[in-house]
This record gives sequence, structure tokens and C-alpha cells, in this order.
Amino acid sequence: MSAVRYAMAIDTRTCVGCTACVTACKTENNVAEGFSRDWIQTVVNGQFPNLTMEITSQRCNHCEDAPCVSVCPTGASYVGPGGTILVDHDKCTGCKACIAACPYDARFVDPRTGTIDKCTFCVHRIENGIPTTACQTVCPTESIYFGDINDPDSEISRALARRDSFTLMPEAGTRPRHYYLK
Amino acid sequence: MRRREFIRISSYGLGGASLLGGVTTNWFNLYGAQLPNPGTDGDRVVPTFCELCFWKCGILAHVKDGRVTKLQGNPKDPLSQGHLCPRGTGGTGLLYDPDRLKKPMIRVDRRGSQEFEEVSWDAALNVVAEKFLKIKEEHGPEAVALFSHGYGGGWMKHLFHAWGSPNIAAPSYAQCRGPRDVGFDLTFGSGVGSPERTDLRHSKCIVLIGSHLGENMHNTQVQDFAHALRNGSDLIVLDPRYSVAASKANHWLPVKPGTDMAILLAWMNVLIHEDLYDREYIGNYAYGFDQLKEHVRQYTPEWAYPRTGIEADVIRRTARMMAAAKPATLVHPGRHVTWYGNDTQRSRAIAIVNALLGSWGRKGGFYVPSAVSLPPYAYPAYDDAGHTPADKPEPSLYPLADDVLAQGVCDATIPGGLRSDASIKAWMVYGSNLPTTLPNPEQTYKAIQALDFLVTVDVLPAEIVGWSDVVLPEATYLERCDEPWAPAYRESYVTVRQEVVPPMYESKPGWWIARELGHRLGLPHFFPWETPEEYAESRLKPLGIDCEVMKTEGVVLGPKKPIYFEEGATPAFWTDSGKIELYSQKLAALGFDAMPTCHMEELEEPPPGFYRLLFGRAPQHTFGRTTNNRLLSETHDENAVWVNTEVAKAWGLKHGERIHLKNQDGVTSTFTAPVKVTEGIRPDCVYIVHGYGRKAAKLRQAYGKGIDDAELVTRYKVDPIMGGTGMNVNFVTFVRPDVLTAERAAAAEAPEEAAPTEVPAAESTPSDSALVAAEVAS
Repeated sequence: MSAVRYAMAIDTRTCVGCTACVTACKTENNVAEGFSRDWIQTVVNGQFPNLTMEITSQRCNHCEDAPCVSVCPTGASYVGPGGTILVDHDKCTGCKACIAACPYDARFVDPRTGTIDKCTFCVHRIENGIPTTACQTVCPTESIYFGDINDPDSEISRALARRDSFTLMPEAGTRPRHYYLK
Repeated sequence: MRRREFIRISSYGLGGASLLGGVTTNWFNLYGAQLPNPGTDGDRVVPTFCELCFWKCGILAHVKDGRVTKLQGNPKDPLSQGHLCPRGTGGTGLLYDPDRLKKPMIRVDRRGSQEFEEVSWDAALNVVAEKFLKIKEEHGPEAVALFSHGYGGGWMKHLFHAWGSPNIAAPSYAQCRGPRDVGFDLTFGSGVGSPERTDLRHSKCIVLIGSHLGENMHNTQVQDFAHALRNGSDLIVLDPRYSVAASKANHWLPVKPGTDMAILLAWMNVLIHEDLYDREYIGNYAYGFDQLKEHVRQYTPEWAYPRTGIEADVIRRTARMMAAAKPATLVHPGRHVTWYGNDTQRSRAIAIVNALLGSWGRKGGFYVPSAVSLPPYAYPAYDDAGHTPADKPEPSLYPLADDVLAQGVCDATIPGGLRSDASIKAWMVYGSNLPTTLPNPEQTYKAIQALDFLVTVDVLPAEIVGWSDVVLPEATYLERCDEPWAPAYRESYVTVRQEVVPPMYESKPGWWIARELGHRLGLPHFFPWETPEEYAESRLKPLGIDCEVMKTEGVVLGPKKPIYFEEGATPAFWTDSGKIELYSQKLAALGFDAMPTCHMEELEEPPPGFYRLLFGRAPQHTFGRTTNNRLLSETHDENAVWVNTEVAKAWGLKHGERIHLKNQDGVTSTFTAPVKVTEGIRPDCVYIVHGYGRKAAKLRQAYGKGIDDAELVTRYKVDPIMGGTGMNVNFVTFVRPDVLTAERAAAAEAPEEAAPTEVPAAESTPSDSALVAAEVAS
């Protein structure tokens, strides 16, 4: 059995971009006012009335080849349980090298601590036996899949096997583990 | 290589954690690092139900060290099913809003000056009672009116029934869903209720008429909508704007605003004349099919095309798509439907299309709801016989209004207004911000100035609070008990709102305010209970409900009943004919169209350079009620004016540029909003989200952000059937801030023409971000 590898997939067919995921993340993780670890991007293309809309709920992609980890001079950015990309606040100096390295703009300095904050895949829940993230739990459209993609029977693996999917900026070469179901 | 090592170790780490199970995550582990733990889990978790909108989802409130840290959906609650919308999630932003009303206040200067003195509860309540009793002595109890919105208003409604006033109004009727309920009632013999009895979850074809589910965020509906889409439901969206729902549709029909009726009639034409309707269902249950068939013969898709802008072929194809999925086709009745003044008839047309598809009472259409029958509290009988509401200038007007018209009660306050006798002398306003909910705010301000007395019960210093004589600060929904709730829904259940944390500041729960006033108004026999728990127990115990279970679970389910005709639910239609009335004899007898009819001649076109003003919802907000919520404002903190690309080009408007809107009557928006240049709206209209452009300076977050549609709704078209106020009949043009400044400077030099509008003066809004951060983030 291969190692646990956590990943997330968002169903773009059902996501309405309501931002419940953003607010739930903020209250679950006590995120600083004015900042968020996840966000919604809506892009409309085409000409009236032939239009398309792409709504994406975005956050740290917990990349397999995470440039934020390799660039971190203090080892504060590290690979945690199940491949989650985490920040050790005791080691973080707030130098922002990781912010520059991240292609997804997923990191910010928490003004309360001066250290880097970002999505943790709610590792505190996962590690305490709650197998869901806060954004996934709140989602009224149940558009967020989270789980172990190395387990072929996990819900996320089955969703990814069943549906076409894409990742954001695959060209950055970081092997993101955050997918969008078409 | 080194990372590979790391990964292997990480899997060991996980195994270890699961073996230990439940250990704190704050340990130094194999990663040589501290795992994050925000520590927001409560030391106690209290079930209650939400009040950020009026859907009333069951929630679990986490309380840690006396503070509510987070709100989650209660998985046992049939409405939330464990999920929440952003508003419900952001309820702590209301609880810890630094702008909350903190103490009772009495006005010390002229009305609207916002000069108040903080007083004791005793002093405030005594003034209210004294004023009410004096008005009763001089004009009768009916001269005191209540405007109410929200579940806590139940206590005030009880107080007013006991007091003997029939003037109990809610803008949620004539300014929102009233025409829909009357239209469906005329057709099926019952309304659609709230939560709506739509079986979206099982629909195979969903049709939305202006309804923008996903932006309009009633939790269960959006859950069911997504569920249906996931299961491959077809979706047809009629909307002048490319809404989120439109983006998910098989067919987006960008209909010309105000012509939905023509599409609905053309759909009827196709369904009937192509023989696509549910023959058996219509044969069994409907009245007036032959008349309808003859009536809609004229309304061909070819007839509809030039009127609506929707090609005949598209109308045909969508009608066939609806028919293919019948009876699991749901033409959604909508909720805020007061648009053009023909709204009852349009709702009738929606009801009739549903009838032709056989969807009423069928799986995937409209289910048959059931409710736990909560016994009423054993109060003495209300003594309100003989009083009729003062909401209509003549009793014969709006004959099918089955609730009090809020704008009518407002008008009945103005001497020489619609009613010559101006019978209303005092208002209590509970949780409804009348200047932004009633059309034509000038009229509302006039009524307010004519009042002898105005008392508001509210949580936040909304505009109406600034105009009040006495302000009573209510505790938020997380700090109070309200009446138990047993909605008519797909499964029957009872839920309770209970106090999660004690009221902050000197705020008091609504039940306490009503009870204290009741005692002061000589009505102690209507408030025999001491606590809301005692009140709730007396209503729950006869049903055998264990109140302790109710408190710990938040929800108790009732008996299951069949909800579809095909599963044994009784097809019952409480109309005059006992059938589904495609032809309404009641409407005919009253001189209205017995069948929905297209009156295109009544649709006014925008003047040159003007665009129809449309407004709607954002998922983060419930009207203006939530726009001061700092947590929700982080994801939506002002509205934007949606302008079609071609229109923007013609005006030279740039994306993000701030503008005012000015309407056909010369009223200019107080504030500006950024232009959103988009292909996603027709060129003949503009769109903004309702609830912004707040003028109450004490709402320090929301003040001055965006444009208020209500101040631009100086005209409205009243539905002759039930008195709803159609508000999509206003047109606006664009005014750049510098042009407005120049205009105003020129006007200031010119001789004074008319007295300026008296609006509560804008006070300075000190940036108090440190305080805000402390209140919201910690």
C-alpha cells in the first residue's frame, strides 16, 4: 500500500461560488481579519449571449513538488502528514521567500504573528479523526472532495477516475494535488 | 531523494496518530515541527437555528471560554443537513459586530437627528407603554401598527394581537413573495410556503424564471439544486442576466425584462398544441382546460419572439425539454417576485405550466408537505374583532390580499395621503428596515415624520433606528430563545432556538421585551409564563416531546407521511372547484383576467439613455441586514453596477470606474458603486445586488458602500389583485461623480427650489480597525 496522499477536488459543475468555504475556513482556522486561506475566482468568457463561466474555489495546492518547501531557508515550510504542506510558526521568520515561490498566491503573512499562513487541508481535524476539511463540510452544494488519492476506493479517487479534471497552472511544474472536476 | 524519505516518514506519522486516536495535535512529531491547531472546537456545542436569513437552518454553535468560535450545520436538521451557506457560517460577525445597539435609547432632538440618550430598560419601556396607552385612549388600539420581519417577531405579533391592533404587517408579503402565494393559491388551492415545497432534489428538469439560485442562497434549495445537477437534471434559465444558475443551464434565455409572461404563455401554447402536456393528470385534476387551450392558441412562439427576444425555435425546444422530463419538471415559483405589478398573474402562469406538466404533488415537482401540529399556547382569546387593517384606501381594492400590505400601513400614516383619515399614529418596527424595504423611501420618511411615536426593536443601528423615538436593543439569535418552530416541509419536525451565550451589553431577548411591554400595557394575562423555556415546554410536552432531547439534539423528527400523489399523498385542491384552476372563476368574478394574459402595452420602455434597474441577491447577504457583518463583508463588501459591454463603450465607462445612478424622476443615488463591464447582461438593463448604499452612519462597515436600489425605486406598480408593489419599473442612467459635484454646485448657486430631502445626517466614521479586529478575529 502506497503512502497516504491527501488531495482535493472541486466539482465545477455544481459549485456556485457562494464563498461558504471561505467563511467556514476563516472561523474554523481563526484566520486573520482581512485575509483568507481560500478564495473564489469567477471568469466569464465569450460574447453575449454565448458565454461560459468558470468558478473555481482556490487554495494552497499542496504540491507534490512544493517550491515553498524547497525555497524556505529555515525549514519552516515542510511536508506534513499525507503530503500536506504546512508551516511551523516557531521556525518561520516571515521572510516571504515562499510567497514569491508559490505559483498559486496561496500564502500571506498573518499580521498577528508576522509568520506565514495558508491552507493546511485542516490537518488538525484529519489528525484528530475528523476526515473532512471545514470547507468541504460546510459546502452546501457538496462540491468539495477531499481524501487520499493513493487509495483507489476513496471518494476523491473515484470522482477523479469517473470525471475529466484539470489543475491550475500545471505548467508551473509543481504537481499540484488540487483538482477541478469538469 | 530527501523529500522521498520525508514522505515515507509522514505515513508512519499518520499511523501513529490513528493508533493514539484523539490526542491533541499540538505535539512535536516526526516532522520536527508543530502541527497547526487553531483550537476553535467548542468546550460546549449548542444546537439552535439560524436567523441570518429566514430559512431557519439548524446549526451547531461552538462555544469556547464563553465565546462563540464557529457555527456549523446541524447534521440532524432537515434544512441544513450539516451544511450552511456563507451567511449562516458568518453569524458570529453579527454577534460580535462592534456597531451593535448596546443600550436602550430615547431620542433627545428632532426626529431623524440621531441624537439619543442612553436610558435604563425601565425608563425606555415606560415611555413606550405611556405613548401606546395615550394613543389607544385617543384613537383606539388599531392606531398602533407593527412592522415585523424575522422569527423573533412572533413575540411582538402576539403582543399586538393581545393589544387589539389588526395593523400587523411584514414587507415580506407585498414587497416580496405575496403575489406568488396568491397566484399558486388561486391555481392549486394552496401556496408554496417557506421553505418552498419544491422537490428540486429529484427534478429532472428545472426551470428558473429570474430566480438566481446559487446567488440567492436558501441553503436547502441550493443543496437540492446542486444534487439535481449532479444527477444530470436539465436546466432552463430565463434571466436578462447571465447568473451563476444561467451559466449551468442547457438553455439560457436572456429574456427582455418584463416579458416573462409572453414566454410562459408560449410554453403553454407548445405544451398544449403539440400535445406534450400530462393528459391524464389534467383530465383528473384540472378545471378549465378547454378555455385555456383556446386562450393560448394566439400565443405562438412566433408571436412571443419579437416581444421577448427569444427565438421561436428556442421556446419550442425548451418546452419539449420540459415535457420530456415531466412530471419531474419543476418550473420554480421564485420568492422575491414583486417586479412589474402583474406578478400574481405571472405566478399563475408559472403555476399553470407546472399543472400542464403534472408536477404539483409529484416527485421532482412539488411535494405535499406535512408539519408537526404544535398546540398553541393556552392564551385567552385575542380581542381584535371588528378591527380591519388600515392598509387599503378602500376595502374593495386588492381583493385577494390575504395579508396586511406594509406599504398600505405606511401610507395610512400620512395625513392627506392615500387615506384621508390617516389612522395610524404609532409604529413598532421589529427587524425591518422600512426605508430600504418599502418602495419610494420619500413616502416612508413622510409617514415617519407624521407619526406621534416610533419605537424600534433591532440588533443594529439600521436607518429606521435613526428615525426612532425609542430604541430597544434586542439580543441576537445566538443570545435568545424564540418560539419552537415546526415548519411544513418534506418531513415534519420541530426545532428550537435556544440561548447559546448570554445577551451581550444590555441587549434583551424579544420574548422579554414583549412580556415587559405586555405587563405595562395591562395585558399580563397574555404573558402568564415566566420564561421562554416554560412557554416552549407547555407546547412541546403535549406531543410527548422530551425537552431535554430537544435541547441537546436541536431537532425532533415527526411522523413520516407520503409526500407524492404517486406514493399515496391525497391530491387535494382547496380551490372553489376543488380542482386545479387553469381558468379562475374567482378572478373572472372580480373582473380580472381568468387566465393569464399578455398585456405588452402596459410595459413601459426605458427613455433614451436609460436602462431598466434590476436588483437581486448575493450569496453572502440577506438584504441590508447583513451588509454590516464584517466577516461576510470580507467576501462581498459592496455592490457593482452590471453594465453591458456595448453600453459601457457608448458611455465611455471603464470597468471599476465609480458612478452614481440617476433615475427617471431625477433621483440620484447617494453613493457610488464600481461599474462591472460585462457581456453577462442585456444592453437594456443594469443590475445591482440589493442591500448596499447604507446611509446609517453608525453602521460603520456598510456605510456609504455601493448603491441602494431602494432609493431609486421611486415608482412602483401595484398588483391590482393583491396589492404587491412591482419595483422593476424604474429606469436609471449613469452620472459620474465629478459631473454630479458640478451639478450640485450649480444648484447651490441657483435659487432654492425645494426643501432638500431630510435624511439622517452622515456622521464621521472613524476608522476603528483595531477594535474591529479584536471583536471579530479573536
